[in-house]
Amino acid sequence: MKTNYTGQPANRVDGSLKVTGTAKYAAEFEAEGLLFGYIINSTIAKGKIKEIDISQAMQVAGVVQIFTHENVSGLAWFNKSYKDMDSPPGDPFRPLYDHKIRYSMQPIGLVVATTFEVARFAASLIKVTYKEEKLVTNLQDNLHRSKKAPMGKVGYVQPKSRGDAESVFAKAEYKIEGEYVHAAEHHNPLEMFATTAIWEEDGKVTLYDKTQGVSNVQLYISNIFGLSLKNVRVVSPFVGGGFGSGLRPQYQVFMATLAALELRRPVRVVMTRQQMFSFGHRPGTVQRVAMSADENGKLTSIQHEAYGETSQFEDYTEIVVNWSGTMYNCENVKLKYELVKLDVATPTDMRAPGAVTSAHAFESAIDEIAYAVKIDPLEFRKINYAEDDQVEGKPYSSKELRACYDQGAAKFGWSGRSIEPRSMREGNQLIGWGMANGAWDALQMPAKAQAVLSLDGKLTVSSGTSEIGTGTYTIMTQIAAETLGMDINDVTFKLGDTLMPMAPLQGGSWTAASVGSAVKAVCEEVKAKLFKLASKTKHSPLSGAAPKELTMAEGHIFLISDPGSRLSIIEVMRLTETDSIIESGMSGPDPAAKTTHSFNSHAAVFAEVKVDEDLGTVIVTRVVCAVAAGKILNPKTAGSQILGSVVWGISKALEEETVMDNNFGRFMNHNLGEYHVAVNKDINDIDIIFVEEHDDLVNPLGIKGVGEIGIIAVAPAIANAVFHATGVRVRDLPITMDKVLQLAEEDKNQVRV
Amino acid sequence: MKNATETVELPEHYPVSLKVNGQAYNLKLQPWVSLLDALRDHLQLKGTKKGCDHGQCGACTVLVNGKRINSCLTMAVMKDGEEITTIEGLAKGDELHPLQKAFIEHDAFQCGYCTPGQICSAVGLLNEGKANSLEEVKELMSGNICRCGAYTHINSAIMQVKGETGNE
Repeated sequence: MKTNYTGQPANRVDGSLKVTGTAKYAAEFEAEGLLFGYIINSTIAKGKIKEIDISQAMQVAGVVQIFTHENVSGLAWFNKSYKDMDSPPGDPFRPLYDHKIRYSMQPIGLVVATTFEVARFAASLIKVTYKEEKLVTNLQDNLHRSKKAPMGKVGYVQPKSRGDAESVFAKAEYKIEGEYVHAAEHHNPLEMFATTAIWEEDGKVTLYDKTQGVSNVQLYISNIFGLSLKNVRVVSPFVGGGFGSGLRPQYQVFMATLAALELRRPVRVVMTRQQMFSFGHRPGTVQRVAMSADENGKLTSIQHEAYGETSQFEDYTEIVVNWSGTMYNCENVKLKYELVKLDVATPTDMRAPGAVTSAHAFESAIDEIAYAVKIDPLEFRKINYAEDDQVEGKPYSSKELRACYDQGAAKFGWSGRSIEPRSMREGNQLIGWGMANGAWDALQMPAKAQAVLSLDGKLTVSSGTSEIGTGTYTIMTQIAAETLGMDINDVTFKLGDTLMPMAPLQGGSWTAASVGSAVKAVCEEVKAKLFKLASKTKHSPLSGAAPKELTMAEGHIFLISDPGSRLSIIEVMRLTETDSIIESGMSGPDPAAKTTHSFNSHAAVFAEVKVDEDLGTVIVTRVVCAVAAGKILNPKTAGSQILGSVVWGISKALEEETVMDNNFGRFMNHNLGEYHVAVNKDINDIDIIFVEEHDDLVNPLGIKGVGEIGIIAVAPAIANAVFHATGVRVRDLPITMDKVLQLAEEDKNQVRV
Repeated sequence: MKNATETVELPEHYPVSLKVNGQAYNLKLQPWVSLLDALRDHLQLKGTKKGCDHGQCGACTVLVNGKRINSCLTMAVMKDGEEITTIEGLAKGDELHPLQKAFIEHDAFQCGYCTPGQICSAVGLLNEGKANSLEEVKELMSGNICRCGAYTHINSAIMQVKGETGNE
């Protein structure tokens, strides 16, 4: 029995639950007398509710109650009570708080009935009259109203400029500039937000909720409803996709809790797919990039400004242009990031927030400047390679981006590329090869875990983190089993419950590092306890052994000097009459390391497209994504995360866009029929490479996280490939056939759509 | 608030017999109950997932008399007397269906929410003698969205099982 599990491509430990339909998601917990809630949403974007007539709906047999701002009271008065762990600066939205409408599809009521169908039907009978006010939702028309983004968002620092980019640019011989736009995008995890709220006799409430952070929901609900933390239990063993949408508590958990507390009955509230477009989104962003280089391909100036949309009530901020100061060596960098307040819901982190937005514009511009000086785009990136973090003036703890370039290019066959646009074709299919690179922070947050080793030699480790599909159950089981040298089948990892030790929100690619380090730490505690016990055993091969003389593997404790002298875990516990070992542990980032080094994961993406010369349709035929993210705990689950990120990147580049009707301030395509995401047939060959990257500084596990890094460079790689295929630069995402044809027709590189 | 005097008529309940995973169920359902909600809320078979309720995502795919359908677009009363197979009915005791095994082996899912629908669609394809080439699998599986993006692994799993079982 080998017990070296980390680095092995283990199958998911929760795999059989997921393929048999027995993994339970938030809407799938039952209770006696369960009621069903159906949320109603505003049909206008800005104004006031004049009247909300629920009388006819209340006549429907089976309707138990209808909650609106007119009959809800007793909630927290101050809007700061509605803040959660991921709130940006501002005043959070308060559901059913007053008659004001702040954005289209704002939730304005909840119908509770004995069946789902009755609740839905009754909701259709509610008549709402509004007093409408003038609204503003068009980002591009309102850039003049932009203002500086405030501090307050976790990890956000104001971008730092250096040198004198403007004058260098003005005098430069080789230079390019352009404007890049993308509209809002919605996460659309396949499971819709849902909460099953169970009211208990003693005033407690248990919430089975879809969330990326049970502790965050616990805090939020306890503050709003004035309940003590111990009276709010949040449980979330499985989450049907998050991508950032579950970082903040969503309004269905408020609705379900409200109804359960008021009616003293269990209530389930599930959003509709349409309602999945009624809260946070990736903000539409306008970016302008200008760059200059010398004749040898050295970047001489970079200017990058970005304008992101936010709501009227919160200042959602992203780290967009900051990346442009660190990606390449350049002495003159001017960066600017501002927000434009619009009558929309507050945007929310969506996979690689900020970085993926930045990379689309910046890495497209790098390609363009490389073409301006007639240097291969990959070679151009190597010429300007940044060994150190130029903003912070610190070395990276590790940066194997060159290995990503080399291995990615070799796998892709980049050396066979002809640099001229429109130089490769198959019949009427224009073939283009493009590449780009990206970076993401390798972060670690404080996390706690508990381990219980029982007399039968079974270990249960728990931490209140979540499983959004990333493989958390699996990798934590691997880490625990390896640390204690146990058979992986003897180890169980539990998560998603506020009764467990607290873990950070599951986001930012930090879960493996944060919770993994805590799991390792707590298992080290168990190991130390076992060594102490082993030493205390009488007349055994390990009697009196010092801890440093001992090690564990294959379910046994043995002398390093004499592996034959050993006892099994069960024997040690039995001989010392130990019923169980219970340890708690925690882990957090090393503040000293942060003062000396910067921590980033990196990736290089190579993409091939085929563009139909007559129709302008774009197909991504091949992608190679080479990733440097430290040690990979499980190449199978990590590979799936990167694969999924590449699919997201393809989807973003070619399909995703939530289209705003600026007359009504409403997203028009709020369903999966019209909001297009990549489907099976859109996806062709994808190769994932994890390059070797050793890092002792980043965290005790040497890992950097893989949730974000895979998507960042995909859209620019595809945009660059489209340029290589066609000779036109489509700067606005998604790259749809109409834009390709229109630009080719007009033979210019810039249009406002 | 206005006074409403009109009473609202609700649809009547009708007897519906469904044979689900080999077991007979006799229900009384209003005609507005979808097959999906009948399975999830009335029979407590939560393995079949609701992802959009509009036939746009495929998460609710089940087999009716061996054929793939979106259970959210089907009213339960329309399937009176018919045989339905859901994800819960594919394994034989502890022995997983070959596709279930292949999905685990190929890591053909992440969050797992679309997985029951993907597997039911794939079982349907194989039943119908389709999935004869990778291109055909990609085309015919495109009604099942996987937001986690496991498509290539899903296809590998299906092609492997197709290869093992041959053209039945």
